[in-house]
Amino acid sequence: MENNAEIVTIYVMGKKHNVPGDLTIMKAMEYAGHQFTRGAGCRGGYCGACATLYRKKGSYKLEGALACQKIVEDGMYIAQIPFNPAEKTTYSLDELRPDANTILEYYPELSRCLACNTCTKACPQDIMVMDYVQASLRGDIEQAAKLSFDCISCGLCAVRCPAEIVPYNVGQLARRLYARYVDGPSQHVLDRVKEVEEGKFDEGIKELKNMDKAALQERYETREKILE
Amino acid sequence: MTRLAYYPGCTLKTNAKNFEDSTIATAEKLGIELVEPERWNCCGTVHSLSTDDVMHHLAPIRNLLRVEELSNAGEVDSKQVVTLCAMCYNTLKRSNMVFNEDSDRKKKIRDNMYKEDIEYSGNVEVLHHLEVLREMGWDKVKEAVANPLNGLKVAPYYGCLLLRPRGIGVDDTDDPTIMEDMLEALGAETVGFAYSQKCCGSYNAVHMKEVVADLAHKILKQAEEAGADMLVTACPLCEYNLGPRQSEVEKRYPVFKSIPVVYFTQLMALAFSLGEEAAAFTGNKPDPRPLLRDKGLLEE
Repeated sequence: MENNAEIVTIYVMGKKHNVPGDLTIMKAMEYAGHQFTRGAGCRGGYCGACATLYRKKGSYKLEGALACQKIVEDGMYIAQIPFNPAEKTTYSLDELRPDANTILEYYPELSRCLACNTCTKACPQDIMVMDYVQASLRGDIEQAAKLSFDCISCGLCAVRCPAEIVPYNVGQLARRLYARYVDGPSQHVLDRVKEVEEGKFDEGIKELKNMDKAALQERYETREKILE
Repeated sequence: MTRLAYYPGCTLKTNAKNFEDSTIATAEKLGIELVEPERWNCCGTVHSLSTDDVMHHLAPIRNLLRVEELSNAGEVDSKQVVTLCAMCYNTLKRSNMVFNEDSDRKKKIRDNMYKEDIEYSGNVEVLHHLEVLREMGWDKVKEAVANPLNGLKVAPYYGCLLLRPRGIGVDDTDDPTIMEDMLEALGAETVGFAYSQKCCGSYNAVHMKEVVADLAHKILKQAEEAGADMLVTACPLCEYNLGPRQSEVEKRYPVFKSIPVVYFTQLMALAFSLGEEAAAFTGNKPDPRPLLRDKGLLEE
């Protein structure tokens, strides 16, 4: 395929590559010959797998982005963060209480927050990360859940936090507590689970399972009509 | 109504909800609307005493920046912020002083204040609620009293963070009267005792419970021997160490007699006759209500 974009120079883990300037970091790396076995997922900015740190030429700032969303710039130094060895505790949601002490019990380092806002600065989703960390710290579970709602757990906040907090896991715990104890359970989910258990969809599933590929594709492509 | 910025701090939203509830209700009665910033973070908890500590000032100064935003938006009537927790008061006020007096650290704090729309000017004034009331005048407080606390003997307990260091405290470091003036305006009789400014044990509550129990025992016993019916405090950590932790004191000192510990705003709510919800005595341990009923100050 022809690409008339201006060629820019990027450095992937220190190695220089010339790539078209209209590509995302992910596509530029593939253009340069890299093959992703980790650190790539939905390619649509939703899954959080492709956390990337970069620095622009002449800048002291270490910045973060999702490789599938960020367009390359000339002189960009890039390093992937395909995995973050962060603390993730296990808990039984049914045995918890929706308060600050619960979150502190599982993530005690939360109290080390300095309110420096580095996490917010690092977030590619423009979430007010520090604000939800602080809301968790004071037991405002609703605020913590709502502010962290768009989090995709890419891990950049945790990588940058000087207090070594793992905000995205804290946010996840807050959202779980909020759903379990504050907001939920939702009636429509309970109704649907009941319908599933009563076998309402068994026939439909059976029918789909027995279809050949062409019929299944036909059904998929005409799904809106069926819904109507 | 005067609209005054109010910085709560985490404890006022959790363990010290009774402090917040009683304050908001009594302030309203006195014509003050407390306006909480939409965003706020931890006060910083403890003022840092080391010199290379810019990071520790980010939390307190960021809160003052929020107050300035509130003021710039015209949502409050002054660049003042009131606090209830003595720890928040002390930390915010001392960081503010560092910011204004040390140009080197001021610059560093500003350089590291990420993701903010404005720069903090240094012009916010940090107040404790007791100072707001004193400024308003004890006569005004007196006018609002509908149920004078006659016959109630209270021991004002200052602890350390309200008074020290000199220049930060709400009153004279050695001879404070602000709590006495407040409580006497409500009609109560104040009882002086030697340990009214002694430390409650602070965060030793976390890992050295016996230190707190010993200090609490000394303080409470002194107050009781001086004839006090209850202890009055303006700090959630003091309240916690001297109130609910009396269970630890009882374990170590079997002859110890428990004594209620309340926030000054709770007695204000009682004296203003604002009802049980505003006084919020259900949040106190030991329960002060039997005593207050005995004194005829609270209905059965």
